[in-house]
Amino acid sequence: MSSEKVTSSVAGRQPTTLWGSIWQGVTARPLARHGIPALIVAAAVLIFSYEVGSYTDYELAGVAIIAIAAAGLTVLTGVNGQISLGHGALMAVGAYTTALLLEWQPNLALILVLAISVVITALTGVFFGLAAARLRGPYLAGITLALALALPQLALHFSSVFAGEQGIAINPPAAPSWLGVNFSLEQWLAWVAVAAALVTLVLLANLLRSGVGRSLRAVRDDEVAAMLAGIHVGRARVTAFVISAACAGLAGSLFADWLGLAAPGGFGVTLSLQLLIAIVIGGLGSLVGAVWGALFLMLLPDLTSGLSTAFNLPSAISNNLPQAIFGAVLVLVVLAFPQGIQGGLSRLGVLGRSRWRQRRTLRGSG
Amino acid sequence: MHALLVLTVEGLVQGSIYAAVALALVLIWRATKVINFAQGAMAMFTTYVALVAIHHGLSYWVAFAIAIVCGFALGAVVERVLVRPVEIASPFNVVILTLGLYLFLEAIVPMLFGGSIQSFPPAFAITGMELGKVQVPLSGFDIFTFGCLGVAAVVLTFLFRRTNLGLRMRASAFSPEVSRLLGIRVGRMLTTGWALAAALGALAGVLIAPTVLLQPTYMDEVFIFGFTGAILGGLESLWGSVVGGLVIGLVLTFVGYVSPDLETLAGLIILTAILMVRPQGLFSVHRERRV
Repeated sequence: MSSEKVTSSVAGRQPTTLWGSIWQGVTARPLARHGIPALIVAAAVLIFSYEVGSYTDYELAGVAIIAIAAAGLTVLTGVNGQISLGHGALMAVGAYTTALLLEWQPNLALILVLAISVVITALTGVFFGLAAARLRGPYLAGITLALALALPQLALHFSSVFAGEQGIAINPPAAPSWLGVNFSLEQWLAWVAVAAALVTLVLLANLLRSGVGRSLRAVRDDEVAAMLAGIHVGRARVTAFVISAACAGLAGSLFADWLGLAAPGGFGVTLSLQLLIAIVIGGLGSLVGAVWGALFLMLLPDLTSGLSTAFNLPSAISNNLPQAIFGAVLVLVVLAFPQGIQGGLSRLGVLGRSRWRQRRTLRGSG
Repeated sequence: MHALLVLTVEGLVQGSIYAAVALALVLIWRATKVINFAQGAMAMFTTYVALVAIHHGLSYWVAFAIAIVCGFALGAVVERVLVRPVEIASPFNVVILTLGLYLFLEAIVPMLFGGSIQSFPPAFAITGMELGKVQVPLSGFDIFTFGCLGVAAVVLTFLFRRTNLGLRMRASAFSPEVSRLLGIRVGRMLTTGWALAAALGALAGVLIAPTVLLQPTYMDEVFIFGFTGAILGGLESLWGSVVGGLVIGLVLTFVGYVSPDLETLAGLIILTAILMVRPQGLFSVHRERRV
């Protein structure tokens, strides 16, 4: 017992048990490090989706969709330091691509629709990314905000293609027949959205741990230093924009399926700001934080509507309560908890681990 | 020809509103290097306060004064309570903070003042005047709006060029450290800058309220176009932003005459075009950043 303790303290990180060595083997490989938690979450969601009703399944799909877009925005804003107030517009590109594709070919396979939407939005992202790479701070914020305001107007102006204010109706993807006749549409949507979210998150997590991720971070922290280190700053910024646009395209395509509609009203400035709220509240720069933010964003309106019915609040208050809380929480997070939910959780985790270690050492010596 | 004249007048009047917003943004930008995304929402809030005053039977002019004083106070409070603790960390955080404030104000206003769309009375007639026998496409309220902007711009120029307070404000924006060493209360200067800007925003809010219907989002577009004007003017110069705002007002009125749907899109295209050619705005004296 005592000799084992000595080796572990001397050799530091050397695993002492079978489980320890397995754990280290897993965490050393990025794909396994991110893939295994994703598989565990996938299994949990699979079981969960059967246990809950179709309303909760629908909500779950919404959380997953917002999480995809927020994760994309995390790469752009949190990791690369480019603020975007117009991500809702990029989601609209994905949504309208999906709507027009399905109008043209109603029986196109789901995976193809998603892939084409992602590619088209990513190409749009190249275009805007090239423009954005030249801009800093307030200029970038302003141009992306103008984008969020102006792009829905395009749908109104060319109403013969985009069907104007009422938008294009979409038949959500039907569940495959082998899942049985009683399998609800909402559950299928939840599966598709969660699967897409997990794939996106694993891919992004791996990317951020690679050289590409490091160069994105380097550009955010100090452009001149990054340049001296041989990083092509402009290319890094465009790359971040394209990755983030691809995520927005995927999220937008699924969002259109989720709403059953691609209409300008759904993709306004509010959506863009909500994505920003999600990543800031969740913890800027953290992919897991984006998921927390998406959860918060989707669950808060449910909570306040429950509150409103319980206290019988007038509609002028109950309709605006979520936004007031979002605004107040955003201000509060910036003032008091700049690390967001994920920052708080990881601080708690570090605290807990060090306590546990302390107690273990005390017990060992006593 | 008549249509051209009508559009020009309309454009300049609209433009003077955008110019007021642009001027307010520039004031804050010069002082703290931050864009206040809550500028429009703050103006919306003070306009609602003025409307409540009118509904309580106070005269237009009292309500007008109340809006501006409220704006001044709101700006000072926002700077002192919210912005000051954050601004040391990073400008990005201040942007997020003002966005949060924007969302909060737009949600809290319908809770306090009711969500229905309301109309705001003008100080003068908003229909065209008749000079002799000729119908002139210029209303009393148009002249008032234009005059207010002119007075505001001249007063601000006088303040910055000729007064001790203006000198101190310019000094603290130019170099906070040195100013502090010279005994200037830099913090107080920043608060003054924000308060002045918010008062100016409140002025814009009250002036545009009679021509649009009052609802919590009515300042959103005004803010965007004012912001475009400020960027056109380079974000640094007061008169640059006035010119920028007027130009935006003119261009958008002409575009809106062709197709009303394209107004916002035209704003985006102008903004993109300017920023692509000159990423630092038209009137800016700053050196371009090399990447």
